[in-house]
Amino acid sequence: MASQTVTRAELTEAVYQEVGLSRNESAELVETVIEEMCKALVVGEVVKLSSFGSFSVRQKGARMGRNPKTGEEVPISPRRVLVFRPSHVLKKRINGEEVSAIEGEHDGASQDGQTSSFD
Amino acid sequence: MTKSELILQLAEQNPHLYQRDVERIVATVFDVITDALAQGNRVELRGFGAFSVKERRARAGRNPRTGESVNVAAKRVPYFKTGKELRERLNADDTSQSAT
Repeated sequence: MASQTVTRAELTEAVYQEVGLSRNESAELVETVIEEMCKALVVGEVVKLSSFGSFSVRQKGARMGRNPKTGEEVPISPRRVLVFRPSHVLKKRINGEEVSAIEGEHDGASQDGQTSSFD
Repeated sequence: MTKSELILQLAEQNPHLYQRDVERIVATVFDVITDALAQGNRVELRGFGAFSVKERRARAGRNPRTGESVNVAAKRVPYFKTGKELRERLNADDTSQSAT
């Protein structure tokens, strides 16, 4: 299938179609949704979206890395990284599996632990 | 922050909207992202990050409890890459460096 990229524009259009707001206001609301998530993450909060997934911030310590091109050792400073854990429901949807209504309701943004068989 | 807290936050900032509409807005955003990924498309939100789908080949896994070999079918997994701007915001101040 031809792969397309969905951007803010498509989200805005969907919100515009779904709720009777102006395109402008729809765009602003999409932006606010994204910005509120960013703000929560920046202060280190976990963002949990049932039936979608959860975003959390992980602190990484300093370590020695290597420039893969030159083989040179370079220090990597401690940093905070964002981790996304997809929920059960999202994983199933992506694989074209049926998702029951109950599952969609009670999926706690993937704290399952039983299906963590990735990589 | 949970989805309902996000909804409350938005409702507070938009007192002219019905809570019901705010709920639909939030639901629509994540439904559209989910649908796009289910169709194998990529979702790119500048300043936040990009969602994509990665293919995982079938492999022989092992039941960690019994040591038994099991076949793990090929599957697609959602993948998120943090956007540049958010990555920088996460590491903007020195307090984050000294934490842990």
